[in-house]
Amino acid sequence: MSRLLIKHARVIDPSQRLDEGLDVLVVDGRIARLAERIEERGAEVIDAAGLMATPGFIDVHTHLREPGFEYKETIASGAAAALAGGFTAVCCMPNTQPVNDSAAVTEFIRKRAEEAGAARVYPIGAISKGQAGEELSEMGEMVRAGAVAVSDDGRPVRHAYLMRRALEYSLLFGIPVVDHCEDPTLVAGGVMHEGAVSTRLGLRGIPAAAEEVVVARDVILAGLTGARLHLAHLSTRQSLEWVRRAKSQGLAVSCEVTPHHLALTDTAVLESSYDTNFKMNPPLRSAEHVAALLEGVLDGTVDCLATDHAPHHADEKALEFDLAPFGVVGLETAVPVTYDLFVRQHKLPLTRFVALWSTNPARLFSLPGGTLKVGSVADMTLLDSEARLPVNPDKFLSKSRNTPFAGRRLRGWPVATILGGKVVWRRERR
Amino acid sequence: MSVAPARRLRGKDLVGIDPLTAPEIQLILDTADEMAKIAERPIKKVPALRGKTVVNLFLEPSTRTRFSFEMAEKRLSADSLSFSSSGTSVEKGETLLDTARNLEAMQPDFIVMRHRYAGSPHWLAKLLKSSVINAGDGAHEHPTQALLDAMTIRRRLGRLEGLTVAIVGDLEHSRVVRSNVLLLQRMGATVRVAGPPSLVPAQMEAMGCEVHHRMEDAIAGADVVMMLRIQLERQGKMNFPTVREYYDFFALTPERLRLAKRGCLVMHPGPMNRGVEIDSRVADGPQSVILEQVTNGVAVRMAVLYLLAGGNGEPTAD
Amino acid sequence: MKRVQILDAAGIGKTLARMAAQIVERSGDEKLTYLIGVQTRGVPLARRLAKLIAAATGVEPPVGALDITLYRDDVGPWRAAHQQPVLRSTDLPERVDNRVVVLVDDVLYTGRTVRAALDTLMDYGRPKAIRLAVLVDRGHRELPIAADFVGRQIPSARSDDVQVRLVECDGEEGVWVEKEVEG
Repeated sequence: MSRLLIKHARVIDPSQRLDEGLDVLVVDGRIARLAERIEERGAEVIDAAGLMATPGFIDVHTHLREPGFEYKETIASGAAAALAGGFTAVCCMPNTQPVNDSAAVTEFIRKRAEEAGAARVYPIGAISKGQAGEELSEMGEMVRAGAVAVSDDGRPVRHAYLMRRALEYSLLFGIPVVDHCEDPTLVAGGVMHEGAVSTRLGLRGIPAAAEEVVVARDVILAGLTGARLHLAHLSTRQSLEWVRRAKSQGLAVSCEVTPHHLALTDTAVLESSYDTNFKMNPPLRSAEHVAALLEGVLDGTVDCLATDHAPHHADEKALEFDLAPFGVVGLETAVPVTYDLFVRQHKLPLTRFVALWSTNPARLFSLPGGTLKVGSVADMTLLDSEARLPVNPDKFLSKSRNTPFAGRRLRGWPVATILGGKVVWRRERR
Repeated sequence: MSVAPARRLRGKDLVGIDPLTAPEIQLILDTADEMAKIAERPIKKVPALRGKTVVNLFLEPSTRTRFSFEMAEKRLSADSLSFSSSGTSVEKGETLLDTARNLEAMQPDFIVMRHRYAGSPHWLAKLLKSSVINAGDGAHEHPTQALLDAMTIRRRLGRLEGLTVAIVGDLEHSRVVRSNVLLLQRMGATVRVAGPPSLVPAQMEAMGCEVHHRMEDAIAGADVVMMLRIQLERQGKMNFPTVREYYDFFALTPERLRLAKRGCLVMHPGPMNRGVEIDSRVADGPQSVILEQVTNGVAVRMAVLYLLAGGNGEPTAD
Repeated sequence: MKRVQILDAAGIGKTLARMAAQIVERSGDEKLTYLIGVQTRGVPLARRLAKLIAAATGVEPPVGALDITLYRDDVGPWRAAHQQPVLRSTDLPERVDNRVVVLVDDVLYTGRTVRAALDTLMDYGRPKAIRLAVLVDRGHRELPIAADFVGRQIPSARSDDVQVRLVECDGEEGVWVEKEVEG
């Protein structure tokens, strides 16, 4: 019988509306007791005085690149980076090589994740075979093998009929359909947000409308089908307006926003003079959109945060801005970036902050965790709200370094992650 | 009145007009006026850049800008070699960074660069020791073009401050318009731009210029009309219907030119599409300074090369 | 520092008058004479000499201005990093071919400026002859160059600062030597 006792922590658990100083006893990987003072002989004790203990953070949007692009990231390196970023579980997108459009690939990912023994990895299967946008992939087989959702992320579903059928078919399994909303004909070769900055820089713009027309389509199709629709990495004001409308109509529509879309604007491309670490899709938007995203998080329109962790090799990013691939890593910066932004600057209550990263993603994707209720799995994140550190990409556990936050000093870092009652990662003391 | 010139350029590179101050622009234009005299001499060459090496890295086809730079380099006695994308390693899949590093390993003093992707000279300038001169980066900037345009206007009209300059055409894909808007406004001119709404980039007014859709509104009372080339080879069929219709609405004809101020200058960065954006009667007419632009281009490029040639060291005693 | 005045305004005037007389005396055909001042102080000196020559002969020689910056030997590849000197105007109202050019400068020192001026001039044409007129010769030549017309010989140490000031450029008039004084 293994026992872990976390003492003197400030326990924050949105699922129980809990924010108080408590001890937590974990027995055999499950939460056994929460009380003001617990003494347990023979237990491994962590003194968490000055730290916050929360249900493990969950990132529902990552690209782990394996199989196929192991030079960018592997399931093992990505899952290790997750732990180092305070995440006990991640969902991984299917745009690998081969695409995760079959039970075989789903099983392969699960097996690799198990071998790695780091964060829990939940595969997301492809909506269409080969993400080609033409025929449905075997959703049921993938769900049976462990897929928790379907998405064609990275290659948006252009075909409205296919989207309709995918939503309908998903009802059989009750899983969310995750869409990357983008009309490629409106993107038309764009590489950053279309606006004053793209005009000044002479870069082709991606209009906000390229996302919004597909968000609108998807919301309308969610109404038609009654299926669970999750909108990935929303980045514009109108997109959130459509989510509000969907929610007011009682549709099963949820959405996520990434830390970089909240913390940065398109002027970063100008200020950095075309640094490709500020190139991602959707692009960093103008201040007006960023303000709308912040408001959407604060008023509850946004259900959860997610990183869209997209590792790329340094050589791939060392190209002309037009030619470099879209995407940035996020696992090892997401928590401090958002803690700093929401808790410190916008005074978001801690229970709401933890809900955005843990309770809500667990609920939306029907994942274990997201709670510290007695009997639940003991996946936990310990946070030090006072730790003030610079982002140092050289220390990343991810194989890639393409972060837009290098050198930023942030306050509020994860210091340990606990998986099934075992401390699996601790921040080295400096 | 006009700005006092700077004593020197601050940067090691000329990547765009954007980083230049008005006194720096003034210094380049004043220097270019002196350089122009060299072309009038029996011996059109000075030893100022003897021993300096210039690589002209042209990764996008361009004849006139490259010739103009080569002419400027030769007139200053620099050694130069030109490098176009066809038949080089760039087409064999080498990255721009590797190409530039290989060139720099041969220790040139300057890399003059033309590339179809915006921001590429800015990126290389940060990584290389050589002075990088932007000879056009995508739809972003073409600083020596704007400088030669300003030089031409200044020599004809005596000043830039207080003038109204209309720039008409494909604004979206034009680096010439961006550099000109930045330069002319920095020197106190008013800039109006006009083009089909489908070829006006988003929020262009944020650059400080007046944006018009009807060409007539832009050129009314203007001191200078600058026509932009319609890049027929780059246009899809979705930005405007036909060349014929474009001519109807956006070509500079003698009738339209009458809307501008008397003696208004007509400019074009070339190469011209006669009968598309400009009528031959205007292009070859008395108000056209299009060939002077070409002449002044050499002088401006000489000025830029000369001013950057010292690197960024101590002041030179007079 | 010790600053000693060598010439005042009247002294400069007398010196120039003598130089003008010498130039007239030496020029066979005064119609060929062409005064070219080296930027900057050589230019007003050339103008003053032209007036003096006109008063004596009734023929005012043309005056040009020559900027030698692009021919300097101290800013080329020999110096690692430096600011490029600002160009001044070259303005030659007539061609130099077959003219007797009198180059005018304020101070003759190492001779390097004159070398640059000769090279500059040669690129403008083929003068019949080039002569050199300087207000002050302070010695310390580094090149085999000598002046044809010298206003004033001023023996100096290398560390001395010989200053020519002209109202046209400096708002005051005179020649001074500034010596470093020990202690």
